[in-house]
Amino acid sequence: MIEVLFYVFAAVALGGALGVVWAKSPVGSLLFMVVTLGSLAGIFVLLEAHFLAAIQVIVYAGAIMVLFLFVIMLLNLGHDYQRDLKGGAFALLSFVIIGLMAGVLARQFSTDSIPELAVGGQAIDALLEQHGVVGAIAQPLYTTYVVPFEITGVLLLVAIVGALALAKKDGR
Amino acid sequence: MITEALVLSAMIFVLGTFGVLVRRNAIIMFLCIELQLNAVNLAFIAFSRLMGIDGQVFVFFVMTVAAAEAAVGLAIIISVFRHYKTVNVDNFKLLRW
Repeated sequence: MIEVLFYVFAAVALGGALGVVWAKSPVGSLLFMVVTLGSLAGIFVLLEAHFLAAIQVIVYAGAIMVLFLFVIMLLNLGHDYQRDLKGGAFALLSFVIIGLMAGVLARQFSTDSIPELAVGGQAIDALLEQHGVVGAIAQPLYTTYVVPFEITGVLLLVAIVGALALAKKDGR
Repeated sequence: MITEALVLSAMIFVLGTFGVLVRRNAIIMFLCIELQLNAVNLAFIAFSRLMGIDGQVFVFFVMTVAAAEAAVGLAIIISVFRHYKTVNVDNFKLLRW
C-alpha cells in the first residue's frame, strides 16, 4: 500500500515538475509547482517526516507560492502566452549536460548498497515514540543546532530589511 | 523506498536545472530554483532514514533560507521590472560578459 502511494505521489511530483518547466504562462508554471509541492509533502509523510510535511504545505505551498503569485499579479505577467525557451545550440547543450547529470546521479543513488530502514530509521522511530512528531525535531533544533537556529533568525531579519530596501519606490 | 526517493530527488533536481538553463522568464527561472531546493530537501529526508534526525533539522534550515531567498529575489525582480518593463532575462545585460 505504502509502495503504491509512493509511486502515485512520485508520478504526480514528476509530472508537476515537467509542467513547471514547460508551462507557457508564469501562472500555469506556479500552479504546477503547487502540485509538485503537495505530492512531495505526501512523500515526506511516507518517509516519516510528518512535521516537515505540514511545514511544506503551510510555508512553501501556502506562503512562498502566494508571494510568487502576488508578484506575478502585481507585475501583470499573467498574459505571456508565447514560449520563452532558449532555442538551438544552447538548448541542445543544456540537454546534454543535464542528461549526463541525471545519469551520474541515478547511477550513484541506485546502487543497491542502501539497506532499507537502517540504524537511522530505527533511531527516528524511537525519537518519534519518545518526543512526538514535533518534539523529535525540536529536541536537536534547540540543543545541538541552537546557534544556527539563532543565526537563521538574523538571516530572516536581514531578508526583510533587504526586500523592503530593494522594492522601495525611489530607492532612497 | 529510500532508493526510489533518492532517484526521484535526482530527477526533480535535474528538471529544475534544465528549467533554469532554458527558460527566459525570470520568475519561472526562480520557480525552477525552488524546485531544485525541494529536490535537495527530499534527498535530505531520505538520507535521514539512514543517518538519523539531523537531516530533517537541515531541511528546516533549507526551508527558512528558501523563504528569505524568495523574498529578496522577488524584490529584485520588482525593482528590475520598474527599469526595463519586462522580466525577460535576455534584456538584462548590464552585468553580462
